[in-house]
Amino acid sequence: MTRIINRQPSRYGRLALGFLPFVILLLVYIVASDARLAENSADKLLPSFQSFADAVVRMGFEPSKRTGEYLLLNDTLSSLQRLMMGVGLSAFIGLVIGVGNGMVPYMRSPLSPLVTAISLIPPMAILPILFIIFGLGELSKVVLIVIGICPIIIRDIQLRTDDLPPEQLIKAQTLGGSSWQIIVRVVLPQIMPRLIEAVRLTLGSAWLFLIAAEAIAATDGLGYRIFLVRRYMAMDVILPYVLWITTLAFAMDWSLKRVSILLFPWYHGTQGGGHD
Amino acid sequence: MTKSEKPIIQIKNLWKEYGDNVVLERINLDVYEGEFVSIVGASGCGKTTFLNLMLGTEQPSRGSILLDEAPLDPEPSTERGIVFQKYSVFPHMTALENVMLGEEFSKTSMSSVAMGRLIGRAKEDARENAMAILEQVGLSQAANKYPSELSGGMQQRLAIAQALIKKPRILLLDEPFGALDPGIRKDMHQLIGQLWQEQKLTVFMITHDLSEGFLLGSRLWVFDKTRQDSHAPERFGAHITFDIPLSTGKSGEEELERLKATELDVA
Repeated sequence: MTRIINRQPSRYGRLALGFLPFVILLLVYIVASDARLAENSADKLLPSFQSFADAVVRMGFEPSKRTGEYLLLNDTLSSLQRLMMGVGLSAFIGLVIGVGNGMVPYMRSPLSPLVTAISLIPPMAILPILFIIFGLGELSKVVLIVIGICPIIIRDIQLRTDDLPPEQLIKAQTLGGSSWQIIVRVVLPQIMPRLIEAVRLTLGSAWLFLIAAEAIAATDGLGYRIFLVRRYMAMDVILPYVLWITTLAFAMDWSLKRVSILLFPWYHGTQGGGHD
Repeated sequence: MTKSEKPIIQIKNLWKEYGDNVVLERINLDVYEGEFVSIVGASGCGKTTFLNLMLGTEQPSRGSILLDEAPLDPEPSTERGIVFQKYSVFPHMTALENVMLGEEFSKTSMSSVAMGRLIGRAKEDARENAMAILEQVGLSQAANKYPSELSGGMQQRLAIAQALIKKPRILLLDEPFGALDPGIRKDMHQLIGQLWQEQKLTVFMITHDLSEGFLLGSRLWVFDKTRQDSHAPERFGAHITFDIPLSTGKSGEEELERLKATELDVA
């Protein structure tokens, strides 16, 4: 009898086992939903799949009766725009300051304590300040995402830069590289795949800050919509929206991983494919 | 006096200490162009500190090291090539790019100063030079492979090629073959011996392997502490206790025996 730590499911077995929890969750939902609807056909807490389908068609494929817009599309575009700006800006600042701190002691000494202090501020606590300073428009939402995830990216990139073997930097100096040439040719290309990893890991927090900001002050966006229809207990809209946000987040994570494998084969080659 | 008769490296009363801890003391040596110095000694005898002083990553506490009669730059520079035991090639570049990098770090081309890259004609020249050197170390087949696709021995060949493209005045080797299998190590000995003779290199090689030191070197230095204070072992540093001229090519068996006869404690 082989030990359980040595027993491997087959390829199809793995696939089936992976789906199993989802199937169970779905069955539990259907049973619970049916039970509640049998008791009260107007129950809103666990809607039937028919009402989900109706809500999806209403939100996604019919123009809104009030404004003539496709709400789901509109919300998605607004949210994605804010998220991309926030994450893109954070990644850029994170790369510049992280690599700078990692490579230049005279930059690290003044900046590193500041970054640590900022990273300890709970971003949601200063959201009111952001609304006061930047107004209720797009800027304050983007700034919230940046304040929330940028310090994490900076600190991660700084650590990754420190982790580069000192032998490499010495070798680059004996090859005649200036500080700038070494940063551009030796450090940055090796940090880029790690930046993508840092972005993937902080995407979840970025969504959190985006939805929080939209819930409080916005006129469109996925988070705005969820919190709006909550007033009518419209679970038939909320749940598909949550599913849609999850799908978007998964798609972003997956594409970032593919981009990294495509652009930095040397990085993933040495990691033995263990980086997912 | 012709230039070749002047020492390429002069070490004058070199000391290195960290606070009260003396690591190296009283080192006085001249090295001439074309010499191959093997450096051996027990662990903790300051071999690595000595290499760092030669490299410029550490500075002497007293005394000085002169290269071509001028003090060494206080930071690593192109006069001193280096091959470490590992991590001295760049994992994100192919073998060819690794070797070209030395030429792409130019101080005269605009694109190089701004982006660390050459363009056009200059890039083609750099590529040709790099290919020629890869050919010399037997890596022309692997020019477009990344270091992770190369074996340990091939990675060290690449590290040597990379250091040679800048034509350094001295080449420093820090246990370059320590991590390799014995068979591959033998090939590497052949390669480095051949490069040394063909290109008239001046080489300093730190090694743990005494027979390797004898085989390759034209001169062998033994680092050791001669003065001991058992109550305060940090009070005295190591210096060079033996400076043995070798006739290269021989296995050095006799000399090894002679050295062992002097009851020298070399790990």
